[in-house]
Parts: sequence; structure tokens; C-alpha cells
Amino acid sequence: MNDIIYLVALPLAMAFFIPMIGRKVRWLPDVLANATTLVLLILAGQTVGREGVYALGGWAAPLGIVLVLDSLSSLLLLIINLVSFMATLFSVDYLEKLYTSKLRYYSLFLLMVAGMNGTVLTGDFFNLFVFLEIASIASYALVGFGCEADELEASFKYLVIGSIASTFVLLAVALLYGRLATLNMAHVAWLLQQNGFDRVTTFAFVLLLVGFLVKGALIPFHAWLPDAHPSAPAPISAMLSGVLIKAIGIYVLIRLTYNVFGITPMLSALFTSIGVISMMIGVLLALGQWDFKRLLAYHSISQMGYVVLGIGLGTPLGLLGGLFHLLNHSLFKSLLFLDSGSVEYETGTRELEKMGNLSQKMPVTAGSTLVASLSISGIPPFNGFWSKLVIILAAVQAGRAGLAVWAVIGSILTLASFSKIQRYAFFGQGKDFEPGKWALYQEVPLLMRIPLLVLSTLCLAGGLILWGGLNGFWGPVVEVLLGGPADYIGSILGR
Amino acid sequence: MNQNKQPGMSLIVQTVARWLKGFIFLYGVYIIFYGHLSPGGGFAGGVIVASTFVLLTLAFGKERSLGKLGKLLASELDSLGALMFLLIAVLGIAWGRIFFLNFIEKAVPTGNFKLFSAGIIPLCNVAIGIKVAASLFMIFIILAVIRVQEVKGRRRLVTTEKRRKE
Repeated sequence: MNDIIYLVALPLAMAFFIPMIGRKVRWLPDVLANATTLVLLILAGQTVGREGVYALGGWAAPLGIVLVLDSLSSLLLLIINLVSFMATLFSVDYLEKLYTSKLRYYSLFLLMVAGMNGTVLTGDFFNLFVFLEIASIASYALVGFGCEADELEASFKYLVIGSIASTFVLLAVALLYGRLATLNMAHVAWLLQQNGFDRVTTFAFVLLLVGFLVKGALIPFHAWLPDAHPSAPAPISAMLSGVLIKAIGIYVLIRLTYNVFGITPMLSALFTSIGVISMMIGVLLALGQWDFKRLLAYHSISQMGYVVLGIGLGTPLGLLGGLFHLLNHSLFKSLLFLDSGSVEYETGTRELEKMGNLSQKMPVTAGSTLVASLSISGIPPFNGFWSKLVIILAAVQAGRAGLAVWAVIGSILTLASFSKIQRYAFFGQGKDFEPGKWALYQEVPLLMRIPLLVLSTLCLAGGLILWGGLNGFWGPVVEVLLGGPADYIGSILGR
Repeated sequence: MNQNKQPGMSLIVQTVARWLKGFIFLYGVYIIFYGHLSPGGGFAGGVIVASTFVLLTLAFGKERSLGKLGKLLASELDSLGALMFLLIAVLGIAWGRIFFLNFIEKAVPTGNFKLFSAGIIPLCNVAIGIKVAASLFMIFIILAVIRVQEVKGRRRLVTTEKRRKE
């Protein structure tokens, strides 16, 4: 079990080691950062199918801090470390041309990865808050990394809203600790099962819910996201949209509602309605955008709506659909943001009106964007189709056909807005298209193409993970959530 | 309000600061090293150590304090503190297969000539102290040297050294 601690310790160590050693040798930060994320990906791959509890410092469960590994955690670990490896590969050339100070970039990047891996693994409320803050603060700095006025403004907005959410979480943790005299998540769940909820614990739960809904950027808590995600450098946008909102937002929500506080019909209704609202308003707002990355950012809200809708249904099929869509979204959304980075790398703009006919000059970028667009719009045989299909089937099976209709409408509107990207950027041209500049464009360097190709392949093949349904890969993952607080307590405290 | 062109505050402030800076620094170090036995510890002690440099900056201007602890050195110390802390934690794995294991022998003094030992906690405090002192000093200095300035029609953040050149 010692290897799961390295998932947190290794990026943390490298985050401080790279700025110390990397000033002298130019290529060293790139090599070290990529090697770190590759090792992390291997470590995360090794956690699949294993479960266990790791007591830090040898102090056992209710007293000490524990790291908990189960199928849900290892699914998230896999997503986080896969996307971060792709993002660091992409960063090598991208940062060289568009930004300065790679040392600080990689340092903050690895801190963010350490924070997310910790959030996903921890079984302790205060530890959860600390890791949440490590990941969030690193992301605030990365959003404003370009130091232009609008980037700093977006970063400041994100900082203020994110800090309010973090304060809510801290207050909730304080209230829970004051009331139940424990910080261990399983122990809190056990005490709540024994004594039931009272006003203080209910209030603490509501604070946690609001805090993590803000971090997960679901409507009406989304205001920071459309500014923050486009302002960051493209690999960071891929990390933020691809994994950060899931790891420190949606994952924690799922874990807390299903495994600690217990899901209720009211919560289920809340999740499905927030899911539908996010899904529809997100996609409608996306339709009107002319900024490539901002359009993608609104789609993140919309697609998170699908995930929360699936989770809120609470049936095995719904959970499967939600979690599968979470995995798929991390693949195609990070691919789309990396594509937008490639386009920005060549054209120097994010405005769709200024682009045109890029498919002739940048075939790999255009092809991978097409794959990702088809995936996110739910066209077979790409992975997005399968997860949306499962969500829609789950809604029908649960007798909520109305929700299924909304999911289909959302999907059609998604296709409409991605046709717009294809039409203006790749296969047609915008109003302000400049043929003179266009003639000089060429395909991005090899190191930027590799992540695009890998992620496209995964988008194409992603549907295969559904093989076997609930008896296959997804069985244990859904089992963790369906077991509710009882199983979670059993696996950690053994009672 | 300084009449002569020397940076910093008045002569009274400078004299008092010159006398006190050593004591404040020493007190910070004491808090760090005694943190496992009395209130205090790495964070509190680190803040006090950093406040010595803040006092120097306020009294004599930033050149004086940057001469004592340069930005590069502070940044290296900042990383060093964090790495030391992690190293202590990882040594626990080398010693007893557990991350953050308190692997040094712990003892409560029972007779004469026995030492009180809290294991790795004082070492962790030293690491935290270095980290906190260096980072707080860095935050203060960054706030002191960075200004918003118009560069090519756009408002950007620049350090004061660059600003003087332009």
C-alpha cells in the first residue's frame, strides 16, 4: 500500500525540487515534469482493482489521518494522472512560445496534481480541506499565469469565489468537529448513523454541498468558470476543465452524499434538477460564444450537468452513466482545450471570426478537434455517445422520461455549437479571416501532436470500457457508491 | 518623510531596529526549536524570523534586507524547507514502512541527565520554520517590488528594478 502515498508525495517533492535545480539547465524542468507525470500515471494505473486503507504515521482510523483507496478513487486517479501527463507533454513547446518561467509553471502544475490526488485519496475531513486548498490555490495562480489584465481579473474573480467556497467547507468541517468530535469521514458517517442528523450537522452538510457545488461550477454557482478556464494557458485549461472541477468538485460531492451523509430522495431531486439546469443553460450560453475557449468552458458546465444528472438518478445504471460520462468528458474536453491551444499557438488568437480553413494547414489538430466534437455531441461510435446513451436509458428506466428528453435536446444543441467551431475555424472561414496570415500557418510540433493523437484514440476506443456493463470495469466502481455509508464505514473502521 | 535621500524611516526607528533585529531573530529561532515543548512551533517561529526581515525592509529600505537574504536564496530556502519536511516523512518509509512514522526514539525524562525527546517533531518544526520564514519574506518583498505599469498600451505587472531601466 506504500505506493499510494507516492501519488501525493512525488508531485509535491518535484514541485519544490524543479525550481531549485532547474535554473541552470534549460531542458531539465521539461524532462523532470514529464517524467514525474509519467511515473504518476504508472502508479495510478497500478491502483486499478485494488482497495485498502493507509494510516499515515501508523495512527489507525478514527484518530489518525487515513488515505482510502477504492475503485472510485482509482478511477479518478487514472483520469487525473492521464490528463496531467498529456498536459505536461503539450506544455513543452506551447510554453516555450507563448509564456515565460517554465519553472514556476511546472511547480504550480505539480502542486495542483498533488492536491487533486490527495483530495481523491483522503478519508479525513480536514485533510480534504487542505488538499482542496493546495489544488485551488495553485489553480488560481495558474489561471493568472499570463499576467495580462484580463487574465488577472479572471484569476481574481476565481480567487474570490473559490475562497468563499473554501471558507464554507472549512466552516462545515469546524462545525462537524465541534459537534461530533471527529474528523475522520467514516467515523462521521458512523456517528451520523448511530445518532441521526441534528441542526448543526444538517447545516454543516448544506455548507459542504454549496462549497463543492461552487468548486464543481454547476449552475447557479458557475460564475467564475467561463472567465477562469479560457484565461489559463491551454494545458491548464485542459487540466481545470478536464479534471479539476471533477476531482475537487463532483467527486467530493459524490463521495460525501453517497458514502458519508447518505443519499436521500430530496438530494436526488436536487441533483437531477441542478443537472438539467446546468445542462441546458450551459449549452444555450455556449451557443452564443465567439471565443473558442470560452465556448468550451460553457460546455464544461453543460457536460457536468449530464454527470450530476446521472449521479442524481441514484440507480446503478444512472451511476454508471454519470461516472462513465465523467471519464469521457475528461478525455474529450481536455483534447478540445489542447486543440484550442494548438490553434492559438499557430494563429495567436482565440476568436473564431479570425480563423478559417485550418483543416488544410493543420490536419492533426483539425482531425482531433473533429473527433472530440463528435464525442462531446454524442455521435456513435465515439465514447460520448455511449455514456449519454446510458444516462438516457437510466432516466427512462427510472421512469423519468422527461429528463431523458432534456438530455437529448442538450446533446443536439451541443452538436449545433460544435458545428459552429468546425464551420468557422476548420472547414470554412470567419468574417475577419486573413488569407495572408493563413498562408504561413503550419502543423504544431511533434510533442504537441502526440497528446492530441493519444487522446483522440482514447475518445474513439473509450466506448469499449463499457464492455460487460455492470459486470465489467464499472461494477466495483458503482458498488462503492451503492454500498452507501455502511460499506464505507465497514471498509475503514471495520464496524 | 526622510529629508536626506537615504531610503527608509527616521533615525530613531533605524537605531531601534538595529538593536532589536538580532533579538527578534533569536526569539524566532527559540520558538522554532522549543515548539514541541511549549506553545509555538515551526509556523509561529518562522513568522517571527520573517518579521526581522520585514522590520529591516521598513526601517532601511528593501536593498538592505535583500542584501541579507536575496530573492533567489529565499526562493531556494523556501523549496528546501518543503523538501526537508517531505524527506523526514519519507524517511519513515525507509525506517518502518510507514509514511510519517515517528522513527526517532521518544522519551520522557524520568531521572537525572535524561533528555526529553519528541522524535521527529523538532526536525519537522525546523523544516516548517525555514519554509515559512522564506515564503513570508518572499510574499512581503514581492508586494513591495511589483507595480502595475503601462507597457505598450497594456497594463502589466513589472518589478521596480525593470521599471527604473525603462
